[in-house]
Amino acid sequence: MDATMTLVDLPSRSTAHVVEIQGGLGLTQRLGAMGIVIGKKLEKSSAIPMRGPVTVRVGNATVSIGYQAASRIIVAAEGADP
Amino acid sequence: MRILLVGNPNVGKSVLFNRLTGANVLTSNYAGTTVEYAKGRMRVNGEPAELIDAPGTYSLNPTSDAEEVATRMIDDGDVLVAVMDATNLERSLNLGLQVLARRKPTVLALNLWDETGHTGIEIDVRKLEEILGVPCVPTTAISGEGVKTLAEKIGSAKVSGLQFDEKDRWSEVGAIVESVQKVTRKHPTFFERLGDLSVQPVSGILIALVVLTAMFFVIREVGEWIVGLGETYVFDEGFWGAWMGRLSDALGGTGFVHDLLIGRLVDGEIDFGESFGVLTTGLAVPIGAVLPYVFAFYLVLSFLEDSGYLPRLAVLVDTLMHKIGLHGMSIVPMLLGIGCNVPGALATRIMESKRQRFMSAVLMAISIPCMAQTAMVVGLVGEHGPPAYTIIFGTLFLSMVILGLIMNRFMKGESPSLLIDIPPYRIPYIRGLLQKLAMRMKWFLKEAVPWVLFGVLLMNLLYTLGLIQFIGNWTEPVVKGILGLPRDAVGALIIGFLRKDVAVGMLKPLELSFNQIVVASVVLTMYFPCVATFTVMLKEFGIVAMLKATAIMVVTTLVFGGLLNLVLGLAH
Repeated sequence: MDATMTLVDLPSRSTAHVVEIQGGLGLTQRLGAMGIVIGKKLEKSSAIPMRGPVTVRVGNATVSIGYQAASRIIVAAEGADP
Repeated sequence: MRILLVGNPNVGKSVLFNRLTGANVLTSNYAGTTVEYAKGRMRVNGEPAELIDAPGTYSLNPTSDAEEVATRMIDDGDVLVAVMDATNLERSLNLGLQVLARRKPTVLALNLWDETGHTGIEIDVRKLEEILGVPCVPTTAISGEGVKTLAEKIGSAKVSGLQFDEKDRWSEVGAIVESVQKVTRKHPTFFERLGDLSVQPVSGILIALVVLTAMFFVIREVGEWIVGLGETYVFDEGFWGAWMGRLSDALGGTGFVHDLLIGRLVDGEIDFGESFGVLTTGLAVPIGAVLPYVFAFYLVLSFLEDSGYLPRLAVLVDTLMHKIGLHGMSIVPMLLGIGCNVPGALATRIMESKRQRFMSAVLMAISIPCMAQTAMVVGLVGEHGPPAYTIIFGTLFLSMVILGLIMNRFMKGESPSLLIDIPPYRIPYIRGLLQKLAMRMKWFLKEAVPWVLFGVLLMNLLYTLGLIQFIGNWTEPVVKGILGLPRDAVGALIIGFLRKDVAVGMLKPLELSFNQIVVASVVLTMYFPCVATFTVMLKEFGIVAMLKATAIMVVTTLVFGGLLNLVLGLAH
């Protein structure tokens, strides 16, 4: 079983899948509409320091998620990309 | 028949709309350019039909006002054209299935089709049609490819028979995408690498600095160049100058009518900056001094919009914007506001919550001088140059930060996190860009010139009737006591309610000191938005909110203007 962590803690350039979204219906819906749903595989491409947004690649799209929201997305890492 | 274009933000609905109707609506490469819907006419099977370009939405459970508009409009459509991003089929179909579930005659447009090739995506259109049970048409709106076929297929739109449980929508979408799409992973292109680099911390900030500096220089160079052309060929030494000289002679060089049309002569000559006649300064301000900079600004901004850079800039400034209760995307209304506060105020609709919209509109109205005002301030500051700009724009920036911190602390309501799509970089489509620029110029001329002329006319009347002197006496304690400005500056403050550019122009003959120029420029930006901006804000936020906003503006102006006057006084 892979270790779970928030999207904020996931190292950049590694892939993971979403296991939980710790937010209300509003956040879940907003994320869902952007393709971020439970079970979805994503790759974290970068993050801005000092509580800045996290940028991930989901499918063929790139999405930036504010720090608050990103810290509520729990992911399971699938190992770093070379 | 009423046809509705629905789709995710930034999939090219507006370009498609322009293609189908031959009309022009604004398009950019970021989500949310269309916050108001556009209507146009087209023909389907020879019959006239109405085509509506709805604001983009990610789902039919709307999370922002623009999305709510789109959702409500679907109910009124007879035929729906679901516009998909062919390079992002999964997210598109998530909305697509929600649209199909409305059981209205629908056609699916697979737009951005040309981009599927070089991103390594293959879609089996025939199979997709079979699964969904509605016509699917690959389109490339920008080049016009497939648009004709789409127009024909609108006539044979079908109600989809696809059955799925709303709870399992995502897995349904996943299954469909799995069966119709084949992706071959390709090496990232130069644009893709550049796209990634511009949201990474170090490289991103470097790129932002280069972009913003380049933006500044291009605006200044292009603006100055066109102003020079205007002076040489139209106004001062040009044909209009010559005609006005003759008209002035014919009117005898003085008198009420002369002063109204030509204005007062400076050393026996017309001065297009200072004479203040309707036909001299009234035209030279908007067309000769302001329009060139507005043009240069929108040229650069349109380029940034269409390239897809703005969402990346939003990511970089997000942390800073959160401190003042907003999020990164509020950089869009702020940047638009630098051109003109009116579109800036309208663009606040891309923010999700009412609190964020109100705060970004108020901060913009107070702290962002529009290009019309900036262009005139450049002329007013003249040889004082950089030190004056630094103090003026530094104070305005500081006021935005401080006011934002205070409002964020005391205003009730939520400020949701940033959540935005980062589109791929695209080379701006030149014809579209020029159309957009032309529309913005036309809009500026239509909105600004009448107000400028009215402002100049009103100023002449107020002076002739002695009202300015009267109000000047009355407001002297504030204007002179707190702000350190001469009594006559009150005329500029009155006209500033109408137009900031005319107001700054009125300061020129007053021969203000360095300190006074700086304070007056700051005060004129802050104390009140021009009437056009105020009207838009009133419509957006209602009278109660605007009374609040006005109180905030007056207090902020007196505090910052007063302190600035005090500090500058001590320094000199």
